[in-house]
Amino acid sequence: MNEALWALGRGTGVVALVLLTVTVVLGILTRSGRPAFGLPRFAVTLVHRNSALIGAVFVLIHVVTLLFDPYAQLNAVDFFVPFLGSYHPFWLGLGTVGLDLLIAILVTALLRRWIGQRVFRVVHWAAYALWPIALFHSFGTGTDAGAPLFILLAVACSAVVVGAVIWRTTTAFQLRNRTTPDRRIEPSRIAADQKTKELR
Amino acid sequence: MSTPTRSGKVLHIDWTRCDARGSCTELLPELLRSDPWGYPLPAGGGSDVAIPAHLAAAARDAVGLCPVLALRLS
Ligand code: HEM
Ligand code: SF4
Repeated sequence: MNEALWALGRGTGVVALVLLTVTVVLGILTRSGRPAFGLPRFAVTLVHRNSALIGAVFVLIHVVTLLFDPYAQLNAVDFFVPFLGSYHPFWLGLGTVGLDLLIAILVTALLRRWIGQRVFRVVHWAAYALWPIALFHSFGTGTDAGAPLFILLAVACSAVVVGAVIWRTTTAFQLRNRTTPDRRIEPSRIAADQKTKELR
Repeated sequence: MSTPTRSGKVLHIDWTRCDARGSCTELLPELLRSDPWGYPLPAGGGSDVAIPAHLAAAARDAVGLCPVLALRLS
């Protein structure tokens, strides 16, 4: 039974990491305002949200299983207050910080219509901290951290996330110069545009 | 062609927020064209779009999926 819990705890942790990777990349793609992987823009946003929620379910199973795992020796406090655990307190603590960040990101994202776009966006930046925290957590606590397959997976996920983040910071990422206010649509401009089209 | 039944709902576009991400124009191509900059262009111009009954669900999706919360239904 313990073996099974342990396997479930590890397995769901790995799946959560992969789903968080997918979520980060799709989040960046959502921000970019481009269609991707054959998905229209609205679907990129939708899949970003859904992969985050499914990832959260895996994180939930991951932490709940480990609560019952006698080796991990976790208690309810370790879920929310970092660095108190008895087993690998630092690496476990990173997992706890990750969980807190994840909860904050999810709650603010789901309530975005009520808390406003500004608060939502500020909290959502924490995703860029969450991802490396989750990665380091999995290397520090993971029984499989040394396993070639896990290393391969972690390197692949890192490459994807680092690539996406670098792309995010390039100027090519911006489709238009978003700071120029005169791009905002004005009736006169629509009319002018119609005219140009008709003349063409 | 018969006029489609109205849903009684109106979609409002908040131009101070809209960032031309183009997901509403994908979800409501019947009502919104995309201007050359990618901003949504209601067929009759303006910022308010009457939603016919058969597009009510698509309009709700558009509101929920606008990445910058620039759309509102009322
Ligand atoms: C952002 C959320 C989290 C992610 C993405 C995540 C991911 C991972 C990954 C990939 C592993 C390695 C599994 C393996 O191969 O052994 C792992 C292990 C572990 N995690 Fe997490 N984790 C998260 C949150 C947490 C939290 C909040 C806790 C507890 C407070 C926790 C406790 C553990 C423990 C004890 C292990 C070691 C499992 C074992 O090898 O027996 N994790 N996690
Ligand atoms: S989805 Fe929102 S930001 Fe994008 S074009 Fe429509 S209203 Fe503007």
